[in-house]
Amino acid sequence: MSHRLPNGGRLIARGTPRNFTFNGKSMSGFAGDTLAAALLANDQILLGRSFKYHRPRGVVASGAEEPNALMELGTGDRFEPNQRATTTELFDGLTAASQNHWPSLDFDVLAVNNLVPQFLTAGFYYKTFLRPRAFWKHVYEPIIRRSAGLGRAPATNARDTDRYEQIYGFCDVLVIGGGIAGLQAALSAAQAGAKVVLWEQTAHWGGRAPVDGVEIDGKPADDWIKSTLQTLESLPNVQIRTRCMGAGVHDHGYVLGYERITDHAPRTDAPRHRLWRMRAGKIITATGAIERPLSFAGNDVPGVMLASAMRDYIVNYAVSPGKVIVVVTNNDDAYRSAITAHEAGIKVAAVIDARSEANGALPGQARALGIRVLTGQGVRKVKGGKRVTGVELCPIDSDGKTQSEALDCDAIAMSGGWSPVVHLWSHCGGKLTWDETGHFFRPDPARPPLGADGAGFVLTCGSAHGDLGAVLAGAHAAGQSAAGLTATDAPATDSLPDEAPLEPVWIMPRAADYDLRMKMWLDFQNDVKVSDVQLAAREGYQSVEHTKRYTTLGMATDQGKLSNINGLAVLSDALGQPIPATGTTTFRPPYTPISIGAIAGEARGSTFQPLRKSPIHDWHDANGADWEPVGQWRRPYTYLRAGEKRHDAVNREVKNARENVALLDASTLGKILVSGPDAGRFLDMLYTNMMSTLKPGKCRYGLMCNENGFLMDDGVVARIDAQSFLVHTTSGGADRIHAWMEDWLQCEWWDWKVHTVNLTEQFAQIAVVGPKARQLLERLGGMDLSRDTLPFMEWAEGRLGGFDARVFRISFSGELSFEIAVPASQGRAFWERLMAEGADMGIMPYGTEALHILRAEKGFIMIGDETDGTVIPQDLNLNWAISKKKDDFLGKRGMEREAMIDPKRWKLVGLETLDGSVLPHAALAVVPGLNANKQARTEGRVTSTYYSATLGRGIAMGLVERGTDRMGEEISFAGQGETRIKARIVDPVFYDKEGAKQNV
Amino acid sequence: MLILTCPCCGVTAEETEFHGGGEAHLKRFGPGSDDADYESYMFSRKNPRGVHFERWRHVYGCGKWFLAARCTMTLEVFATYPAQTLEPPADVITAIKSKRPEWEGFV
Repeated sequence: MSHRLPNGGRLIARGTPRNFTFNGKSMSGFAGDTLAAALLANDQILLGRSFKYHRPRGVVASGAEEPNALMELGTGDRFEPNQRATTTELFDGLTAASQNHWPSLDFDVLAVNNLVPQFLTAGFYYKTFLRPRAFWKHVYEPIIRRSAGLGRAPATNARDTDRYEQIYGFCDVLVIGGGIAGLQAALSAAQAGAKVVLWEQTAHWGGRAPVDGVEIDGKPADDWIKSTLQTLESLPNVQIRTRCMGAGVHDHGYVLGYERITDHAPRTDAPRHRLWRMRAGKIITATGAIERPLSFAGNDVPGVMLASAMRDYIVNYAVSPGKVIVVVTNNDDAYRSAITAHEAGIKVAAVIDARSEANGALPGQARALGIRVLTGQGVRKVKGGKRVTGVELCPIDSDGKTQSEALDCDAIAMSGGWSPVVHLWSHCGGKLTWDETGHFFRPDPARPPLGADGAGFVLTCGSAHGDLGAVLAGAHAAGQSAAGLTATDAPATDSLPDEAPLEPVWIMPRAADYDLRMKMWLDFQNDVKVSDVQLAAREGYQSVEHTKRYTTLGMATDQGKLSNINGLAVLSDALGQPIPATGTTTFRPPYTPISIGAIAGEARGSTFQPLRKSPIHDWHDANGADWEPVGQWRRPYTYLRAGEKRHDAVNREVKNARENVALLDASTLGKILVSGPDAGRFLDMLYTNMMSTLKPGKCRYGLMCNENGFLMDDGVVARIDAQSFLVHTTSGGADRIHAWMEDWLQCEWWDWKVHTVNLTEQFAQIAVVGPKARQLLERLGGMDLSRDTLPFMEWAEGRLGGFDARVFRISFSGELSFEIAVPASQGRAFWERLMAEGADMGIMPYGTEALHILRAEKGFIMIGDETDGTVIPQDLNLNWAISKKKDDFLGKRGMEREAMIDPKRWKLVGLETLDGSVLPHAALAVVPGLNANKQARTEGRVTSTYYSATLGRGIAMGLVERGTDRMGEEISFAGQGETRIKARIVDPVFYDKEGAKQNV
Repeated sequence: MLILTCPCCGVTAEETEFHGGGEAHLKRFGPGSDDADYESYMFSRKNPRGVHFERWRHVYGCGKWFLAARCTMTLEVFATYPAQTLEPPADVITAIKSKRPEWEGFV
């Protein structure tokens, strides 16, 4: 059984107990424990169930690479699944629960999958569940979804109550990894004068060195770590941070850092996570190495762990994973675990070394302590289900059919060698090279990721560089080089006993038969076994990227940190090629999963995106506005009165505008001032019609197209004076059109003398609409707004009721209408003045829905409704607005193309249902037969459809094939299911065809 | 995320401060042009592995468009320069040639 040792534990404070629960059961540990260490101390070996087979699983590692010990942490709004117990620091009140089992961790019904593994081999989704077809949706998929998977999603009504933030940082040298190599690199770079930032993902400095017994200048590593930290803290040009992981290295020295500020001490005021957006001149990755598991049958039984992890638990947390342990290895390093365990008073049954001999310093030391060492042997299989009970051995080169010996034990330490953590080096294009001695991929310094200046910007040091022995000299050189100095001799020397080379063992025993191979786990988290990768190779998967996807090897949340190299080796062997020929899969950020909260930062709720408000916004809000988003603006859809339904409110507003007087807040309308000697010439290029001939004081409606000839904006242009025009764009289109203008002025016609200013937010604009509009404005006084003085499509400037005003006689409703622009600061006062003056006339505001109905009744188009980016003005019968005199305008060439003059193009028409009903939005006009894609044939679609309160029935506009030639024809629109709605093609102007009402 | 220097205001900034605008030095073909020229202007874009000329706008800055010569493979930025030119200026060509002697030149 696993238990707490009576002495030791360099990271725990025995005087400070910490209480927590696991699956509802109260447990306790100490401050400084990780959750994994505390669970082991409580003899909780079984921590979860595996993805496919629901096999019992325990902790394998002691750090970020952990594949098995995934927990659901917290409850309610703080619930979070898939958290690694090995990187979760213990705190009082922590609640953890195991995942992926039903009904309980100890008794899991779905573990029957384990009895029929042949049905769940690589690619089983693709093979097993094909027939009958309908079974996938109704039988197979629900079962697979129930069975497979990791943690549950948070409840749908849960809201993350924690705060997250993002911060930008800048430095000359960013060192990632706070082991002794990282510390030395940071110190050397800082002493060379560089501005240095150092990040360590755990809460502790020094990495593995203190656990592995490294000595520096003849003293324990801890002494050097302490003094180096003191020096770093005293330097003004150094910033150091623990609990901050280098998540990803991106273009030009951009690095994302994931700082877990309060995960270990929740419910404080500080943000929970902070995402660093660091821009570094040079980056040194000192990210260490990860030990590889060995592939033997039953290597996933709880109690089997990495040899390095086992000594971490013993040294750092005084936790022993068992009473009797066996060490299985192909290298000298794992002997450290045997020696550490022995010295902690734990019985070491034997070290099983796959090599034919083991005569290095560490094996010698182990033998001297009386530890039994068996060479040339391997594990045949692990005994035990929910925890290890023993191990059967066999000669390493055998097929494993017969055991040579059996040992009783309750924990197994395994080591297949080490793999440098090359992720950050590789994220932005750094290349790897295969190390023939260490049998791992390491960074190739000749092919680093390149920065803006074409020079490499990432260096590596320590075991991340592939230095598995002494690291300080290399780290010092990296630090100096990153700071721009030529490297000198290292100021400190680290020493370790010499190690004999490892001997690669990718399958144990090497000639294992199928029964054993299908119990050898490569990817613990996704349940991928040696037999799965071999099957993929047999089925023709040669590319490692394809094999990865077919078997799901390395695709789990641990991204294959433990499984990648072993999987590659097995694949290479099956393909009969060396490992470097197989290559690696792509390393992608983040290094370990980071929280969505950190990615969002403060951008949630009201700060998710800016909200644009018109100057009259607050009045609308206080007067029943039913808000509608229009780009980043909010506009009132309608103004609801007490107890009123939306539909009724809209109809009331439409009728009032037609019969009385009504106000629309049109402030969101784009207003761009275009001025300069070439302004007219410029607008002639931008608009399909002629603008340069417009006289000052007049207004003209115009169309803007892109170079394809497709309509992109429309609006009224008012000529201010000889050299300036005020261009009105669609609501929400101002920024886009302004950018469009600047693009042409800066990049194509840069010698034209034109200046543009986006004045959209400088003015409030209010449309005063309805038969009594003039009467209302005359009450304000100050300007002569009579028909003769200010006719339709003209504008005038003056003081209206004491307000500075520009009054435009334009109409988007078909009624007598004045659009009045006043300075934004006076918008609200002007609006309220109008409401007050018009009170006895029954004045009402109207919203966007009434606006739409009013314009649709008049057959006016709306960009985005009648247009969709493929519609040319001719489709909308707007040929009158396309100049024939101009040699050129944007879109003219595009309109000349064959497809644009095809007589079968869909044209804008009005649509009247025979029964007066309202056509469904975007309904398609269908005709019998199928098209080339075997879909129903169509001959048109609805672009705008409303109930017209004015006419008392549904009205619609739509684009219909040769529509303008088919007036009076009846066509069918698709309704719900198979229903068809008959409509007659009519003129799109439903109301006041002569335009008498707007021109009074 | 790239770092670019705006040649108009001189600010060196993050890519998020800029907005990409596709291939630079396109020649506009308007009314009267033949179909092949128009098609090329509208739809044919270079996609080189290596030296590429691009349009960028300093949207959250001075608002000016500029051009950048960049390696699409290594992300090296050879130069940024004002947009008011029909082809890359000589010093930009020289800067690229010194870094990429095998480059065929601006075509």
